Formats: sequence, structure tokens, C-alpha cells
Amino acid sequence: MTAAARARRYEARKVPETRQATSAMIASLAAEGYDAAPAPFGHALSDLANTDERIVGLSADLSKYTDLHIFAQKHPDRFYQMGMAEQVLMSAAAGLAHEGFIPFATTYAVFASRRAYDFICMAIAEENLPVKIVCALPGLTTGYGPSHQATEDLAIFRGMPNLVIVDPCDAVDVAQMVPEMAAHDGPVYARLLRGNVPSVLRRHKPDYRFRLGKAQMIREGADVLVVSSGLMTMRALDAATELARDGIEVAVLHSPTIKPLDRDTILAEAGKGRLLVTAENHTVIGGLGEAVAATLLRAGVTPTFRQIGLPDAFLEAGALPTLHDMYGLSTKAVIAQIKGWL
Amino acid sequence: MTPQDLRAMANRIRRRDLQAVYEAGAGHIGGEMSVIDILTALYFDVLNVDPGNPLDPDRDRFVLSKGHTACALYVTLAEKGFIPKEEISTFLKPHSRLNGHPNRTKVPGVETNTGPLGHGLPVAVGMAAAAKLSNAAWQTYVVTGDGEMQEGSNWEAIMAAKQFKLDNLTLIIDHNRLQQGAKLAETNDIAPIAPKLEAFGWAVQEIDGHDMDQILKALSPETVVPGKPRGIIAHTHKGNGISFMSDNVAWHHKVPNAEQYKQAMAELEEAAQ
Ligand SMILES: Cc1ncc(C[n+]2csc(CCOP(=O)(O)OP(=O)(O)O)c2C)c(N)n1
Ligand SMILES: [Mg+2]
Repeated sequence: MTAAARARRYEARKVPETRQATSAMIASLAAEGYDAAPAPFGHALSDLANTDERIVGLSADLSKYTDLHIFAQKHPDRFYQMGMAEQVLMSAAAGLAHEGFIPFATTYAVFASRRAYDFICMAIAEENLPVKIVCALPGLTTGYGPSHQATEDLAIFRGMPNLVIVDPCDAVDVAQMVPEMAAHDGPVYARLLRGNVPSVLRRHKPDYRFRLGKAQMIREGADVLVVSSGLMTMRALDAATELARDGIEVAVLHSPTIKPLDRDTILAEAGKGRLLVTAENHTVIGGLGEAVAATLLRAGVTPTFRQIGLPDAFLEAGALPTLHDMYGLSTKAVIAQIKGWL
Repeated sequence: MTPQDLRAMANRIRRRDLQAVYEAGAGHIGGEMSVIDILTALYFDVLNVDPGNPLDPDRDRFVLSKGHTACALYVTLAEKGFIPKEEISTFLKPHSRLNGHPNRTKVPGVETNTGPLGHGLPVAVGMAAAAKLSNAAWQTYVVTGDGEMQEGSNWEAIMAAKQFKLDNLTLIIDHNRLQQGAKLAETNDIAPIAPKLEAFGWAVQEIDGHDMDQILKALSPETVVPGKPRGIIAHTHKGNGISFMSDNVAWHHKVPNAEQYKQAMAELEEAAQ
């Protein structure tokens, strides 16, 4: 038997000289002008575990990189280091949940969504078990390249029945989502921002509180409505501040719960005649943008609709600020895109 | 190359790797220092590969499954002539081909995209099966981390390799006893590994993975047992060659500061004498 090997062609590349040193590949997200809180997930989970004995934590050799080490230090008897084994991570969490515990299982978003999908879908979601899956490096938050960039995790998980999906923006969202996730009687997937996490939302709306299943207006504006989640809400707010100087009024509706989407709030705001822009740290396929678009169409609400998100491609590696500029997620790029659509 | 030349080459690769990680501000230096002697033996003694013809159908296939140590592979490929040596300075820069994990579609000499651990050996099983199916003589070699062996996919591949009698497949496990967050022993200990592989029907050897003579001997054709895949447990030290990194889990992917860089380079230079 013979077979011709698949053809391949190599291209040398010209790499521009950059002054920018490559920032650490899994570092905290830089957010100019905002205060930051250390490890908000780890601290919130430790605090919750002080009063709720059902809380247990599991990780797959990534406790420090998901801030779960804070919980592990405070509650060592309720922490399981599963090693590099994402499938047993999820299925063992299911087993613990069967017996009345509320497991928080952590790894990187790529490994939960790609490797462990079957185990999450069948062992956890079908039985509607209260396993909370909390994953670092969502979307484009590492420069490591496609193997670590979870650019399609929301698309993967949105198709899974029973699963609630959360994409928090900042330290307040991350800390406050923890008790709400635990209180929800079913499985939840949350994207995690870890390390030093900026505090963004209260700067713009001092009485902001995270509410599971709710989208909330963070800023009003007459010309454009941005519906956003995750770190793109920070970008939208920063862009709105800049655009206001040019007389462009941008409203920002933060929708950290991706599923179930807050249909009523989105429809009410979308019906006010503004250009509607969705902004997400995710491929434009299958994430917040398409979820909003489908919601609008189904209800017969049809504003002019534009999407900010990552392209349908395996992305480049490199320093994160450069990549955010390149793929349209930086504040500068958000401003340029909105101006181009007006 | 004589074993002496190979040791000198490994030292050179260590120094270039250290410099690349320092300049890029990222990398996985611990696992790079532990695997470099094995990579050197493979590329400069064992593998039948031609940098001028990286897609030669008769070449041996090498898969670096512990893809996070890509920088060590890039430096080795550059020393061998697959990519220009100057290109190493683009490691991790936007638009570079030299990403944090090796990509087969971008870099000549790379046989499989890795990075998510537990991919390399399963793919290598398919490659070795293809060689058998085509009656081809080329060999397939894989290097995994020891923490990586906690991934279930590896054990599925180990069973398949025996079932298909893949005696043209060699797995080298870089057994440095450390993973990302802690010692394997404190995480999910898989030691002793050799009896486990033996129980699955593999021909197994245990060696000092920094002793060039032992590496070469273990990889020689004489150690192949017909009908059995070959497993080599290479006992290594994470961060090997740099005193303050050696056996220290903190150096999984820490980046040396200027002072540490100077000291590390001085130690490697002294070892080169
Ligand atoms: C499936 C998967 N889970 C987790 C990781 C994150 N990760 C990267 S390196 C590493 C530890 C690797 O340990 P080991 O295999 O022993 O390699 P070495 O000690 O040689 O660096 C982990 C957990 C990954 N790359 N892939
Ligand atoms: Mg190891």
C-alpha cells in the first residue's frame, strides 16, 4: 500500500521589528486607568466555602493559573488536584455532585471545551448536575497561539442543553458571580479573568451588581447601542468615553450571561432606533453576537446590526496588545469600527 | 558526531534557548533544559532527516508532544539547518512562525501541532501504522512529558500501539518528576512508569536522560524488540544545567531576570569548557 503524503509548503515570514517585549503569555490583563483586585475568583470561592460546606474545588494541574490555589490553601481538605486529566476532572466533579457537593472545576477554557466536552455534556449537563466549570484564558487572552486561545468556547457550549454560560467583565463580576453560580441548581460554565483583574463596571456605574441571567445598562447614549460581554464591555466603555468627546453618544448594555440571554432587556433596548453593535472576545460565529441577532430576528426587531469579534480563523501568536489591535478588540480598534459604521 | 560533540551541541542549544526565553520574556525553560540532551541525540545522531528536503517521504518522523518546550525544538531545528539561526530571535513575536507551541503548517521539520498535552503519541500511532501499511522503513519517535502521561489519551495510544505491533514506534518520556504546579508525587503520581508500560506489552528501558552515551545506546536499533513498541523512561532534571532552576518547580515557565540570566549563562558557559 502506498499513499502520497499531504502536500505542504513553507513560507518564510518577515517579522516586523517591534519595541514591544512579549508580555508573559498568561499574564493578567492590562487595563489602563483601572484599579485591580488580586485573584477575585479564588477569594470569593474561599469565602463562600467558609459558610457552605458543600463547596469543593478541583483542578487539572492549573490551580494557580485559575486562582484556585487561594481556595486550596484555605480549604485543603476540600481541594482535589486531579493532575493533567481534564476528562476525569469533569466526570469526578459529576460524581461529587451526585452525592450532594457543589464542585467548582477549573482548567483553561480550551481544555474544558475541546477535550472534556463529552464528559461535561453527558456526565454533567444531561443530568443537570450543579457542577461549576470555571476556565481561564477565554477568547484572545493569551498570546500562545491557537492551542491556548479559546476563541470558540461559547459557540461550543451554547449548543449544550441545561448549561448556563457566563462571560464576566471585571473583578466585581468575577467575585459576585461565584455565589450566584453556586445558588443556581444546575451546571454553569464561566469564563475566568485571573491574576490582577481590573475593576471596571463600578467606575462607570457605582451601584453595579452582577445578576445571573440579567443584562444591565452601564451607560446611556442616543446614537449607538453596544451589547457586550466579558472584557469587551471594558473596551466598549472606554471607547464610549472617547467617542463622547467627538459628540457620538454610545450606550453600553453589559450582558455577562450568554445563556440564557436576557431577551427582554435586549429587545427593549434594541427597539430604540440606534445602531446596534455587539462586541465579544470570541469568534463572530456562535457567540454573543449571533445569539443577539437570532433573538432580534425571532422577535421581528431589526435595527442596523454590526458585530465586533474575532475572525473565523486560527489566530496568530504574539504579544496580546498587538493581537488585540490586529483583530479588532483594542479600544482603538473598537472606536475605528464604530466610526466606520456611522 | 561523537558523544563529545553531541554534548557540546546540547550545551550550545541550552545557551541559545536560555537567551531566546530571556529576550522573549516567555517560554518553558525548565522542561526545555530537561529535554535538550534527548533532542540533540535524536537530531544529530538518530533521526534520518534532511533539512534540505524536510518533506522527504522516507524521513524519520519526530513528534515533540510536550509542545510547551517548543523553543528547544526551534533552536535544535535551527542548529540542524531546518530554519535560519537568525529566526530564533523572532520567537513569540507577532507574525513569527515560532509560536509558543510548534505548528506543522508553519515550521519545516515540525511533524505535528502540539501544545494541548496528550496529542503527540496518539498521532504518532497513526504515523507508525502508516509506515507499516506502506512497507516503509522510516521510524517514528515521540517525546512526552511525565506529567503529560496523566492524560488518558496517552494510555489509549499505548494500548493501540501494542495491538498494532508498532515496533517502529519509540516513545521517550522526559521523566523530570515535576509538572506545572508541583511534583508529580504531590499531584497524581504515575511512578513507577516502566512496569506500567511493560504491563501494556511494550519493550521498556530506563536511562539517565542527561547521559549522552545512555541515550544513544537506548535509541540504537539493537534495542528494538520485534512486535513491541519501544518505551524509554529518561530520568531527567527539570532546569538541568542551571543550578537554581534544577529540580525547582517554580521554573516551569518562569523567566529569568537580568541577574539570573547572567548567572545561568555563566554556568552554561563554564560547563562548555
Ligand atoms: C491538555 C493540557 N492540559 C494542561 C496544559 C497546561 N500545561 C502546560 S505544560 C503543563 C505541565 C507539563 O508537565 P510535564 O508533562 O511533566 O512537562 P515538563 O515537566 O517536561 O515541562 C501543563 C499542565 C496543557 N498544555 N494541555
Ligand atoms: Mg515533567
